[in-house]
Amino acid sequence: MSGQTLAQKILERASGHAGPRPGEIVVGKVDLAMGHEQGAQAIAPFLQMGAPRVWDPDRVVIAIDHWVPASTEGAAKLHQMLRHFSAEYHLPHFYDVGNHGICHQMLAENGWVVPGDLAVGTDSHTNMLGAMGAFAVGIGPTEFAAVLATGKIWLKVPSSIKINLKGTLGKGVYAKDIVLKVLSQVKTDGARYKALEYHGSTAEGLSMSERFTLSNMTTEMGAKAGMFLPDATTNEYLRSIAKHESHPLLPDADATYEKEYSFDMNGMEPQVACPHSPDNVRPISEVVKEHVKVDQVFLGSCTNARMDDLREAAGIFRGHKVAPGVRFIVSPASTQIYNQCLKEGLIELFTQGGAVFTNSSCSACFGGNMGIIAPDEVCASTSNRNFPGRMGSTKGKIYLMSPAAVALTAIRGEISDPREVL
Amino acid sequence: MNSLLRGKVWCLDDQVDTDQLIAGKYLTIIDPNELRKHVMEDLLPEFSKKAQPGDIIVAGENFGCGSSREHAPAALAAIGLGAVVANSFARIFYRNCINLGLAAIEVPDIRSHFRAGDIAEIHLSEGYVKNVTQGKEARFPPLPTHILEILDAGGLVNKVRKELGTA
Repeated sequence: MSGQTLAQKILERASGHAGPRPGEIVVGKVDLAMGHEQGAQAIAPFLQMGAPRVWDPDRVVIAIDHWVPASTEGAAKLHQMLRHFSAEYHLPHFYDVGNHGICHQMLAENGWVVPGDLAVGTDSHTNMLGAMGAFAVGIGPTEFAAVLATGKIWLKVPSSIKINLKGTLGKGVYAKDIVLKVLSQVKTDGARYKALEYHGSTAEGLSMSERFTLSNMTTEMGAKAGMFLPDATTNEYLRSIAKHESHPLLPDADATYEKEYSFDMNGMEPQVACPHSPDNVRPISEVVKEHVKVDQVFLGSCTNARMDDLREAAGIFRGHKVAPGVRFIVSPASTQIYNQCLKEGLIELFTQGGAVFTNSSCSACFGGNMGIIAPDEVCASTSNRNFPGRMGSTKGKIYLMSPAAVALTAIRGEISDPREVL
Repeated sequence: MNSLLRGKVWCLDDQVDTDQLIAGKYLTIIDPNELRKHVMEDLLPEFSKKAQPGDIIVAGENFGCGSSREHAPAALAAIGLGAVVANSFARIFYRNCINLGLAAIEVPDIRSHFRAGDIAEIHLSEGYVKNVTQGKEARFPPLPTHILEILDAGGLVNKVRKELGTA
């Protein structure tokens, strides 16, 4: 038998089924289940299922993030349903308004997912937690209900794709640029049903925050999971925060990959995903030549709103003003990050330059809460999707890029290359 | 579930994502019968008014990509669609369809076999999709037993009820 990929190893552990092969369906024990607002939709099916209790309240996290605080009556009802459900079924780990953040960031910074885990969440970007060396996968509310009732989930064992990253990032080039470059090759359906593993010296050198960015956008490749191999960086990040014991697994050296891609970071320039697909990626120098004027700039989302992202953007924005006619929205990924920004003076730095610094939430990323764009408006964003209508009007245009690139874009009012000021 | 399905076809192209199926502004709606009024509001406005129970969607590549919102398949299931057939599906959307008891069938290149308004016939256990109008047929591997069991039960809720003995 040939060796196993990381996905196979983790699903073997979770299912107790030795040597699971790609294509096989296994039923795995879940280590951590996370629900956000969409979790409210799981309540009705959960009740219909007739389970007397939630399988393990200490393995369930509820983290509301899309409309925080509630901006519509509909959202308020979802929050209310989750509060009532959590109280009735004794779910203590509820990140409610005031102690909130984007659900994936809450899992990360509170150590809820550790190496070797099988983690599920009701948001598609649950892949982000794959950076921990875990199999973290987005699921729908009905299956979330089944997990709450049984602690188990059916999964088709995916085949795997290996991404080799080597070389050193140049100035003004970031984790976001790496993942956009990968998307330009893998495309939005290239990893469908598959697990993706990041390998190579560049991957090993990335911080956890950068790894989160790379794992996060494997969702845009269609991947079931996007994983890093757990190492000293993972252990150090989790050292004082891990909520349960890790059981790190690594792929075998002779594991079988369906496909391999290699990328050399040496000399790679910043990347931009142009409308209307995250894989419509071009080098920033080409886009800059077209003088793309923007109406709104968004620095936020689970992809790119952690401290390193905000500091990098602040370094460029410091002492500048938002270009006339442009709205610059900054939304940190968690309340913890918000507080750190407050401490470091970043909130004032952004607001004095004419930016709006919001409380932590998914904010403008998904076009259903705030920072919605009008027809024919253009938004430069650090978020993860630019499908038509994603941030509001289907006639709007969204360009995805790094925090540094959006900061300079906010100052100049048109898509700009951060290397020019670094 | 009846393994022989027959219905009028609605065609969709490649990369129809869940934002286009149900826009972000409707995500606070939970009632599937309310959601169904907004399905593909911008993409195919007549769909929500004219689609009938038993109708079949035939889509292109990566159908249901994007956000994991179950609102999209829930709205389609509320219409009473017979099945969704596509060249390929996005992963979570595929799972959501199955878990809601809506048959999702992947058949490479199936989109090119159909025009809107054609009549399709699908046999889940024998594994074929027929375009009755044009007299064409394509085959697909029978769905895995685990998936057929969920569809047979009418979705994951009923399957779990059986497992928990609460049915």
